[in-house]
Amino acid sequence: MANGESTAGSDAPAGGFVQLLTPDGERVDSVTTADGTTYSVDFTDDEYRELYRDLVTVRRLDAEATALQRQGELGIWASLLGQEAAQVGSGRAMRPQDMAFPTYREHGVLYTRGIDPIMPFGLFRGVDQGGWDANEHRFNGYTIVIGSQTLHATGYAMGVTMDGKTGTPDGEAVIAYFGDGATSQGEVNEAFVWAGVFNAPMVFFCQNNQYAISEPLERQTRIPLYRRAAGYGFPGVRIDGNDVLASFAVTRAALDNARNGQGPTLIEAYTYRMGAHTSSDDPTRYRIASEVESWKAKDPISRLRAFLSKQQLADDGFFDEVDEAAKTLALDLRERVLSMPDPQPVSMFDHVYPNGSPELDAQRAQFAEYHASFEGSDH
Amino acid sequence: MSRIKEFNLPDLGEGLTEGEILAWLVKVGDTIELNQPIVEVETAKAAVEIPAKWGGVVSRIFVEAGTTVEVGAPIVAIDTDPSAGPLPTDQPGPTPSAESLAAVEIAPAEGAVEPGLIGGPAPGGRTAVLVGYGPKSTTAKRRPRVGTASVAPPAAAAPAVAAPVVAAPVVAAPPPPPPPAPVAAPAPVARTSGPVLAKPPVRKLARDLGVDLATITGTGPLGSVTRDDVHQAAAGASQAEAAAPAVTTPAAAAVFDTSREQRIPVKGVRKLTAENMVASAFTAPHVTEFLTVDVTRTMKAIEKLKERREFRDVRISPLLLVAKAVLLAVKRHPMVNSTWSAATNEIVVKEYVNLGIAAATERGLIVPNVKDAGRLTLRELAEALNTLVQVAKSGKTPPSDMAGGTLSITNVGVFGVDTGTPILPPGESAILAFGAIRPMPWVHKEKIKVRQVTTLGLSFDHRIIDGELGSKFLRDIGDFLTDPEGTLLSWA
Repeated sequence: MANGESTAGSDAPAGGFVQLLTPDGERVDSVTTADGTTYSVDFTDDEYRELYRDLVTVRRLDAEATALQRQGELGIWASLLGQEAAQVGSGRAMRPQDMAFPTYREHGVLYTRGIDPIMPFGLFRGVDQGGWDANEHRFNGYTIVIGSQTLHATGYAMGVTMDGKTGTPDGEAVIAYFGDGATSQGEVNEAFVWAGVFNAPMVFFCQNNQYAISEPLERQTRIPLYRRAAGYGFPGVRIDGNDVLASFAVTRAALDNARNGQGPTLIEAYTYRMGAHTSSDDPTRYRIASEVESWKAKDPISRLRAFLSKQQLADDGFFDEVDEAAKTLALDLRERVLSMPDPQPVSMFDHVYPNGSPELDAQRAQFAEYHASFEGSDH
Repeated sequence: MSRIKEFNLPDLGEGLTEGEILAWLVKVGDTIELNQPIVEVETAKAAVEIPAKWGGVVSRIFVEAGTTVEVGAPIVAIDTDPSAGPLPTDQPGPTPSAESLAAVEIAPAEGAVEPGLIGGPAPGGRTAVLVGYGPKSTTAKRRPRVGTASVAPPAAAAPAVAAPVVAAPVVAAPPPPPPPAPVAAPAPVARTSGPVLAKPPVRKLARDLGVDLATITGTGPLGSVTRDDVHQAAAGASQAEAAAPAVTTPAAAAVFDTSREQRIPVKGVRKLTAENMVASAFTAPHVTEFLTVDVTRTMKAIEKLKERREFRDVRISPLLLVAKAVLLAVKRHPMVNSTWSAATNEIVVKEYVNLGIAAATERGLIVPNVKDAGRLTLRELAEALNTLVQVAKSGKTPPSDMAGGTLSITNVGVFGVDTGTPILPPGESAILAFGAIRPMPWVHKEKIKVRQVTTLGLSFDHRIIDGELGSKFLRDIGDFLTDPEGTLLSWA
């Protein structure tokens, strides 16, 4: 693969992108980019339907989380609204042995890894630090610091090569998620350099949602982001980030290249954040309503639904059932979030050192004693 | 668990302490579903809709729209099981308890925590965090200590002020944690050898408070100087100062009658206006020039326009022609439509004019702008201005309408005054004040006649615009208003 211009998609930005499903739900058979790589998908009817279910489910869970934040049950929430296709497509393209390095917005990727969606809620509710077992879930911790996970991922990917786990069709690949704003960070550029030079089995998956909080894309770059890859010596491809099929096809190809020892790829998923950056943000202060409206017409879910209907792969009964199932999951999630236990104050000493330290033990004892001096203490 | 549940205003955005109820989307007696939007709340960060936390029937609304509410205060009560029949009469509707209303205490005084550190205070009682404006620091409500009287000592009282140390609470059974053990009257003791041991934040504190570390006996580990040591030393010094006889006494008691003073909290549009004005007035060196012009022909031109079919259903005011004059003059002097970019050391000259119109609204002064006004026909401009003003008066101007202005007009004439020296909206380099139009004696064709006259005031940023350019720009606006048809032809 080389730089992947493509002419597909009348709604494509200048330079084109890989699109296999138009906003109207028309299936594009395959797309061949300027370097001759052809992308397509070959899904069964069931697989199409399950992709639809994924999209609807992650959007519904996200909406529940937004409501929980507004109700005072989460300190903050970073909504993925509008970016479901980029996340679900790339997430489903991963194999079980692959490792993902997310930002704090990859709830859709987390879901497609088969992880209980409650996992990150302790972090957003403030009852834990989000310290889950990255190896067990093949899903690293949510990284709040912008772009730093790309370096963690690249180092991890270099380790995969050193362990001899690449170079075969069943090799291991690593995918790092980040946004358009992160591309201006030093870490991301360092990660590109190292991944390129060491031929690391990496996929850099950039969800370009057009805004780094309030800063528009033109403040990040003078050229389309995917073309940056050329300067680091590996291929860059831009996809329609609202097309779950393109996201799946291109990510799968890039991951396969990586696991086969062919080195990194940059994927720019051209999408739009329909909501606020986080629940603390007011996007009407920096975006105009007509822009948001124009992206509504490119919605990732409605185009797949239109496709399923036109192809008679699904009827209203199916769509209603998916909605109902997603709602049930969301309400279950709500109940479980509301019943998350508050951590004990002394638990903050638990994970500082593996085996503690005399000073830490003294601090813990002193702190426990202090707490016991209040009425109503149970320890 | 009671079937009536109170919903308290949550912290909607990382450390906010209050919000204004903009509008209720439901009323008492309405049946609502879980997550149904029930109220719009505006905070310092955003206006948001809050979804219902429970389904049921709205049994009480505690605060009316327009009220500012503290985080933690109840705003609505919901009967979560209305099918169970009416409530027993002896169970009155919930009242906001004093405790919940006072759930949030005020922020500790600045300086109580080490400033400048992440988590430490920043100006305005905020806390420095990694990204964005941080939360206001608040102190949590504490449970009483075991075995103490009901009056709990204030937690974390500002140490700098607490010179007579608060009596340590009597602790019952467990061995009491050693009290802070203040060194009584820390006598300055010069250290005999070696450097003074103190952590960097303590050194900074000492420097900020003007305390010489070498004069303090450290009570910390290895004899290091602690934060308390520094505060004690500082308090000792200020007590000494206070003990000195007062040098001056007020000559006469000033007359204050606080009952006749009204205190208006500065917030919302007023706060924003103040910040913008201060930022502009102290960043951009303003110059203001005035020009008095005979606008009789402009007034006649307006009458003529009104008679034209294509303008029949649109409101035409002198402001429209002033706006047109400004837009045409900008074309002749593009430099006035620019921004001083201190960050990049550039002057950014804009080829589009987002024309701001200052509008007085009930919520205060706002300056929405007509986007790309230079491209509009006169008729389109008239419509855009009318819409802008109407939306502004209704209080619904979206923030995006107020962003991105490049040049502005303030129509002070509507208040019956002649002109003013307007302050530049931040980021803009010129603003025109347009005064009242009055019949005045005026020399016209060598004779004194009664003519329609107004005074224009143009403020500009002298970093970008010199007197010559500002004068030419103002002169052109004046020329147009003096003779719109003739000017149009000669500029064409």
